Amino acid sequence: MSTPAPRQLVVVGGGMVAHRLVEALVDRGGVADGGWQVTVLAEEPRAPYDRVALTSYFSGRDPQDLALGDPALWDTPGVQLRRGVQVTEVDRAARVVRTAGGREHGYDALVLATGSAPFVPPVEGKDLPGCFVYRTIDDVAALRQYVTEVDTRRKDSTHPRPVTGAVVGGGLLGLEAAGALTALGVQTHVVEFAPRLMPLQVDEGGGEALQRLVGALGVQVHAGTATAKLTAGRDGRVARMHAAEGSAAGLTHLDVDVVVFAAGVRPRDELARACELPVGPRGGVVVDPTCRTEDPAVWAIGEVACLDGRTWGLVAPGYTMAEIVADQLLGGAAEFPGADLSTKLKLLGVDVASFGDAFGTSPGALSVVYGDPVAGVYKKLVLSDDARTLLGGILVGDASAYAGLRPLVGRELGGDPAAWLLPEGAEGGPASAELPDDAAVCSCNNVTAGSIRDAVRCDGCTDLGAVKACTKAGTSCGSCLPLVKKLVTTELAAAGVSVSSALCEHFDVSRAQLFDVVRVTGITSFSELVDRHGRGRGCDICKPVVASILASLDSGHVLDGERATLQDTNDHVMANIQKDGTYSVVPRIPGGEVTPEGLIAIGEVARDFGLYTKITGGQRIDLFGARMELLPAIWERLVAAGFESGHAYGKSLRTVKSCVGSTWCRYGVQDSVALAIALELRYRGLRSPHKIKLGVSGCARECAEARGKDVGVIATDNGWNLYVGGNGGFTPRHAKLLAEDLDTETLVRTIDRFLVYYVRTADRLQRTAPWLEEIEGGLDHVRAVVLDDSLGIAADLDAAMADHVEGYTDEWRATLEDPEKLRRFASFVNAPDSPDPSLSYVVERGQPRPSTAAERTAGEAAGAVLVAGPRLEVFSR
Amino acid sequence: MTATLPPDTTASTGWTTVCRYDQLQPERGVAALVDGQQIAVFRLFDGTLHAVGHRDPVSGAHVIARGLVGTRGDAPTVASPMYKQVFDLRTGVCLDAPDDPALRLPVHPVRLRDDWVEIGAGAVAP
Ligand code: SRM
Ligand SMILES: Cc1cc2nc3c(=O)[nH]c(=O)nc-3n(C[C@H](O)[C@H](O)[C@H](O)COP(=O)(O)OP(=O)(O)OC[C@H]3O[C@@H](n4cnc5c(N)ncnc54)[C@H](O)[C@@H]3O)c2cc1C
Ligand code: SF4
Ligand code: FES
Repeated sequence: MSTPAPRQLVVVGGGMVAHRLVEALVDRGGVADGGWQVTVLAEEPRAPYDRVALTSYFSGRDPQDLALGDPALWDTPGVQLRRGVQVTEVDRAARVVRTAGGREHGYDALVLATGSAPFVPPVEGKDLPGCFVYRTIDDVAALRQYVTEVDTRRKDSTHPRPVTGAVVGGGLLGLEAAGALTALGVQTHVVEFAPRLMPLQVDEGGGEALQRLVGALGVQVHAGTATAKLTAGRDGRVARMHAAEGSAAGLTHLDVDVVVFAAGVRPRDELARACELPVGPRGGVVVDPTCRTEDPAVWAIGEVACLDGRTWGLVAPGYTMAEIVADQLLGGAAEFPGADLSTKLKLLGVDVASFGDAFGTSPGALSVVYGDPVAGVYKKLVLSDDARTLLGGILVGDASAYAGLRPLVGRELGGDPAAWLLPEGAEGGPASAELPDDAAVCSCNNVTAGSIRDAVRCDGCTDLGAVKACTKAGTSCGSCLPLVKKLVTTELAAAGVSVSSALCEHFDVSRAQLFDVVRVTGITSFSELVDRHGRGRGCDICKPVVASILASLDSGHVLDGERATLQDTNDHVMANIQKDGTYSVVPRIPGGEVTPEGLIAIGEVARDFGLYTKITGGQRIDLFGARMELLPAIWERLVAAGFESGHAYGKSLRTVKSCVGSTWCRYGVQDSVALAIALELRYRGLRSPHKIKLGVSGCARECAEARGKDVGVIATDNGWNLYVGGNGGFTPRHAKLLAEDLDTETLVRTIDRFLVYYVRTADRLQRTAPWLEEIEGGLDHVRAVVLDDSLGIAADLDAAMADHVEGYTDEWRATLEDPEKLRRFASFVNAPDSPDPSLSYVVERGQPRPSTAAERTAGEAAGAVLVAGPRLEVFSR
Repeated sequence: MTATLPPDTTASTGWTTVCRYDQLQPERGVAALVDGQQIAVFRLFDGTLHAVGHRDPVSGAHVIARGLVGTRGDAPTVASPMYKQVFDLRTGVCLDAPDDPALRLPVHPVRLRDDWVEIGAGAVAP
C-alpha cells in the first residue's frame, strides 16, 4: 500500500485545548507520514501557554514559566504553529480559512478552538483608560504596567496614597484578578451582583466564610452590588465607579484608579456564526458527542464548543474534547463521556473547592457541615440519602481534603464522613491505597489512580517528576499533586524501591527526621546517636547537621564536650576560614547601627593586629587575616569594647539589615532600625539548616532590600507587612507576602514560629525559599501553621523560641572565660604561639593581603615578603 | 598554655615528642611543628593515633588538622576544612581522587610512649 498524501488539518486558535489536540495527535503518531499535516493559526503572539496559571505571571514575570508541555512539540515535522495570525473567515464550500493578513489555508478537517472572550457588561465608561480584562498574558502585562505607573506617580506626589482598584465580578475569575491586584499592592474592592461570592460554586455558608476570609486579607467585598457606570477624572482616566441604586449597604460609588472586568466569558463563536454553523442559545458552536459540528469537516473543542446544550468553562472538559477529536481524526469512535466540573482554587491564598453535586440537588441528598468561623473554615459534604455515598462537597478555608475526596464522588466513603472534615482528617484523609484503580485522580488530565500506579509499576517511573511527565497528572492546576505524590510513594514502597532521603552513608534518614529522632529520644551526644540510629563514625556532612540539631534543641555552648568535634572549623574557632588558613572576624552590629566609639574600637583592633578591614554586604565590618592563635586576644579587645560574636560563621542568623526608617528618613512610616535591632538580638545565635538573613524597611521604598531576605519586614501605615522566602546568592528569589499590617507583637510571634518551624523541618543546607517550595502545601500551609495554628503546634514553637531567647549567651565571651576552650586556639600543640611559617602578605592600598604564588616566589628570592604584621607580637598574649 | 615536654626530647633517636596523649581530644586533630614541618596529629574514638601532612594539597594552606574526622566505609578519614576533600588517615590517599598522586597527604610515623605522643622522622612519601 502506498502512503497517501498527508491530509490538511487546520486548527483555529492556539490556546490550551488546541495544544492538547496537537500533542495528542503527535503522541498517537498521527502526524506527517501518512497522517495529518497540522497548521495551528493562533492570534496571540506566543505559543500556547498555561492560562489556568495566568495569575502566577504576576509574581513570576517570565512568560516561560507558563509554558505548556514540551516546547519541542512545535518543531515536530508536519506541525506548523503560526503565531499572531487571526482567522477572519471560514469558507466551508471551498474548505479554506482566510486570515486578517489575507492568506488562505485549505483544509480537509477544520477544528475551531477559539476559546472565550471576557464578558464586559455594557456600562458607560467601560472603555476608559484604566479599564482592563483578564484573559491573556498581554492583558496581565498591560494591567501590571498601568498599576506600576500609577503607583510610581503616587509615590512621587505630595500626597502619596495607595492605588485603589475595583474588580467587577466576584466569581472564580474575579477573585483571581483581585488576588493579582492585591499582590501588586493595590487596595482592592470586589463588586459582585449576586448576594455572595462565587455564586456558581459555593452555597450561602461557603460564601459567608469566603467573604470573611477574603475581607481579612484586606479585599473589600461588595456583594449584591451592580455597577451602573464609570466616569473619568481630569486626566481622562477612569476615576470613579458608580453603583446602581439599591445596592447593598447603600454603596453609591468607589473612587478607583483601575478597574478589571471579570464578570464571566462568552464563547468566541463569531467565525461559526458567520459561516452559518448552528450556535447554542447562550452562544457556543453546537457539536455532537464526537465534537463534530453540523458540517462533518468541522469540529469545535474547548470553551467555544456547545456540547450537551452548554459550554464548558474549564480546561478539563476541553482536554477531553481534544482527545476525542484526535481519536476521531485517526479513525476512532470516542465520544464525550460528560465532565467533572470540580474546581479547586487558591484565591488570595484562600482555599476554595467545590466538587460533584455541591449544592445537594440530588433527591434525598444529605449534607454534613463543619464550620469554624474563628479559623474561617467551612466544609460541607453532600451524601446520598443513606449517608454512605459521597455526592459532592464544598470546602472553604481549608481544602486539603479535596484531592482525597474528589476521586471518591459516587463511591462509598467508608467510616464516619465527619472524619474527612475535621482538621486532622485533612492530611489527604483515609488511605489512598484503598482508592480503586478507576477513580479519577487528576481531573484536568483525566488520569486515574490506576494509570498512576501503572506508570510506577510498568513504565518504571521512580519519582513524582517522572510520573508527571509520563501521565500528565498534576501538570495543569496542580490540585491533585498531594494525592498523586501519595500514590507514587505508596506504589514505590510496594515495589520495594526505597525513596532515599538519607543524609549520608552514616544515617538513613533526612535532616528533618533526624531532628525528630533527637527530639523524641532526648539523645544529647553524637556518639550515642550514631551508635543507636546510624553506622560508622560520621563525616563532614552529618556531624555539622547533628551539631546544629543539638544546638537547636538545647542552648548549650557549641564547643561543649564532644560537640566541639562535630563543628566545622568555622564553628570550632568561631570565625570564618580564608584561603590561606587564617580567619575573618565579624563582630555583631545589630541592624547596622554603630556608635562612633564602637567604630573607633573596631578600627583600633584592626590596626593593632594588622587586619585587613572591609565593610561587608551585610552592614557590618569584617576583619581579615586573623591567625587562629590570635583570635582570643582579638576577641578579648572586642568584648571589652562591648561587641559580641556576629555569627558570620556557622549556619545561624547572620544580620538583620535595616534602612534608617522614620527616625531620620522623611518618608519612613515606622522605626525600622529599632525593630531590626530587636529582631537581631532576639534571633542571634539561632542554629538553623542554613544561614538566615532578615531585613526591615521603614516604608514601601524598601531600601533595606527586605524582600531579598529569608524574612523581610516592610513598614506600612498600620504596622508591618511580613514577607518570607527571599534570598540573593546563586538563585535569587523575592520573598513572598505571608501576612499584612501586623502589629509589632504579632509580627514577632509570627516570625518566631516561622523560624522554629523552618529549623525543625527544613533539609540540610536548604534556605527558606526552597524549603517553602518543597514543603507540602507550600506557603499556604506554613501560613496556616504560624498564623492559624493549623497543626496545633504553635504553643510548642513559641516555647522553643522562648527557650532560645532565654538561653542565649555570647559564645565568644563564654569562650574567653573558659581556659579549657581556649586551648584549641593553639597554632601548634608543641609551639602554641608560633605563627604558621607559611603565611606571607603584601601591602595593597594600605592594607595587607595574602601574597600570590608568583609574589611568594619572587619575594622569597628578594627576601621582601612580610610575614604577619610587626605589631602583632606586642598585643598577643 | 605551652605543652611541657619531657626532658628527653630525642630528635637523635628519630622520634620527636609533641604532646601528652590526654592533650588530644578524641576525633579532633592538632597541628605539630617538627623540624619546621607542619604535621596533623589525630586521636580517634578508638584511641588510635594518626599523623599526616598538615598542608592541604588542594588549597596549599596548612589546615588539615582542623578538618572533621569521621569514617568512609571502614576507612578513618579527615575532611579538609577548605574545600572538603576527604583523606584516608591510614594512607593519606584522597578518597575523592584516589588516583591523583598530587592530592595525597604524606603519612608520618606516630607512636605512644608512656603518656607521650611521638612523631617519627621521615614520612612515607606521598
Ligand atoms: C563578607 C561577605 C562579603 C563582603 O565582603 O561583603 C561575604 C562573604 C562570604 N559569603 Fe556571602 N558574604 C557577605 C554577604 C552576602 C550577601 C549579601 C547580604 O547578606 O545582604 C549575600 C546574598 C544574600 C543572601 O545570602 O541571600 C551572600 C550570599 C552568599 C552565599 C549564597 C547563599 C545562597 O543562598 O545562595 C554563600 C554560599 C553559602 O552560604 O552556601 C555565601 C558564602 C560566603 C562565605 C561564607 C564563603 C565561604 O565559605 O568562605 C564568605 C566568607 C565570609 C567571611 O567572613 O569570611 N554568601 N553573602 C558578606 C558578609 C555579610 C555579613 O556581614 O555577614
Ligand atoms: C485567570 C484564569 C484562571 C483560570 N483558572 C482555571 C482553573 O483553575 N481551572 C480550569 O479548569 N480553568 C480555568 N480557567 C479557564 C481555562 O483557562 C480555559 O477553560 C481554557 O484556557 C480553555 O482553553 P481553550 O483552548 O478552549 O481557549 P483559550 O485558552 O482561550 O484559547 C483560545 C485561543 O484562540 C485564539 N483565537 C480566538 N479566536 C481566534 C481567531 N479568530 N483566529 C486565531 N486565533 C483565535 C485566542 O486568542 C486564544 O489564544 C481560567 C482562565 C483564566 C483566564
Ligand atoms: S561573592 Fe563569592 S567571593 Fe565574594 S564574598 Fe561571596 S563567596 Fe566570597
Ligand atoms: S487535577 Fe488539575 S492538574 Fe490534576
